Amino acid sequence: MSRSTSLNNQPVPRLGRTPSRFRMRGTPIIMIMLASMLPALLPLISQAPTLPPLGLLFLLSWRLLRHDMLPLWIGAPLGAVDDLMSGNPLGTAIFLWSAIMIAMEMLDDWLQWRSYWHDWLIAILACIVFLGGALLINRFSGSLASPMLILPQLFWSALLYPFVVRITVAMDRWRMMA
Amino acid sequence: MARPTSRRPGINRRAQYSLFASYVIAVAGAVIGLLTLILAKADPAGFAALRAAASEVTRPVSSGLSSMVSNIGSIDEHVVAYVNAGSQNAALRRQVDANRIQMIEARAIQQENVRLKKLLKLTETSTSEVATARLISSSSTAIRRMARISAGSAQGVRAGMPVRSPEGLIGRVLRAGPNSADILLLTDSQNIIPVRRASDNVQAISTGMDDGTLEIRPLNAGTSPFKPGDILVTTGTGGLYSPNIPVAVVVTLKGGTAIAVPLASPARVEIVMVEHPYDAGVPAPPAAEQDGQTGQNGAPQQPAGS
Repeated sequence: MSRSTSLNNQPVPRLGRTPSRFRMRGTPIIMIMLASMLPALLPLISQAPTLPPLGLLFLLSWRLLRHDMLPLWIGAPLGAVDDLMSGNPLGTAIFLWSAIMIAMEMLDDWLQWRSYWHDWLIAILACIVFLGGALLINRFSGSLASPMLILPQLFWSALLYPFVVRITVAMDRWRMMA
Repeated sequence: MARPTSRRPGINRRAQYSLFASYVIAVAGAVIGLLTLILAKADPAGFAALRAAASEVTRPVSSGLSSMVSNIGSIDEHVVAYVNAGSQNAALRRQVDANRIQMIEARAIQQENVRLKKLLKLTETSTSEVATARLISSSSTAIRRMARISAGSAQGVRAGMPVRSPEGLIGRVLRAGPNSADILLLTDSQNIIPVRRASDNVQAISTGMDDGTLEIRPLNAGTSPFKPGDILVTTGTGGLYSPNIPVAVVVTLKGGTAIAVPLASPARVEIVMVEHPYDAGVPAPPAAEQDGQTGQNGAPQQPAGS
């Protein structure tokens, strides 16, 4: 057996071996960037905003599960990648993701404890801020899009978030395996 | 779940400073984002090189995937087609009979057209095709309606060129990278196209609604002359799109405007053609007539004598 397994059949790190530093620290960042990139990779020609903001959902789930993995300022560089991939005006996600990261830091200081449902609610609020803010910024730069257009995206984001958390937990476990 | 141990540094002076520094960097990041937005508003083409680089990164995967899965957007239509196959069959038969007669008439008109043009010795400005490409991805998470094609400046594609498919107009090129280009679809609210009704010459303006439909506003004041089923084609006004490209079909009337859907649905179209702008071959008017007018390239030209 090449990999040791514990009693409940879950893989555990092998004795005396540690994963590389890049794998330990880089996994969340690479994952969020890939999630931002995914809509640009899919051969899906949509006629309305349909896919949820996957990059933001992964940023939120990593931030809410493992706040120590992401520095406070990570919203700006990851937002720049998301802007280049998504087609929003450059600066949209740089500004909104930075603002969301700072707001969540303040929320952490204020909340005494949070449960799974709190996390979900926080994620939905952050999605409302990001999608609404992106709509306002697009309207400011000349688009005439109706606010109703973001409602399907919000709905899918809210439904997808628990699944994203599952993926994040699985990746967090993989990150620690040697 | 217990409250997560926050970044609260306690009395460690060094940790306090590093926390403060991370707040400063985060706020600076947000401010940089705002400044970038203002810059992008002032100069929309400013970050074209960055965007082109990003689209080159994703192009190999998305073009590979798009050649594997065609028709991903039309699965629902196939399903719906089976549901009402019987009544649709009868309706289509009637339509085919009607079309056959019209096609014979059209062929006769075409021959007459060729003959009359020869009489006039009209030199047709051939809207030569620049490149043929495949739609590989789109801005499916963003508000703006953009699609990406698998041809770029290496194939001769330049910003501003019209893009069409055999079924109808798709949009125009917004940015061209080395091997990929972003297209502003005609359903984007920043894409405004002068159109006319194909049957007569009622002129109108088509504006995208960002949700896959178009708003058709007639140029003449008063109630909308359009009815559901009207076919709209380009007029050639403005010099970008060549005339008589099919654009959309009116589906419903809402208030004083008509709502239309594009004839060439980007989800179903596989191959698109990038063409030269319609007036590219037409010589520019003399400089004296352009006094005070904005030229095609945006800069007003001064007459030589002033």
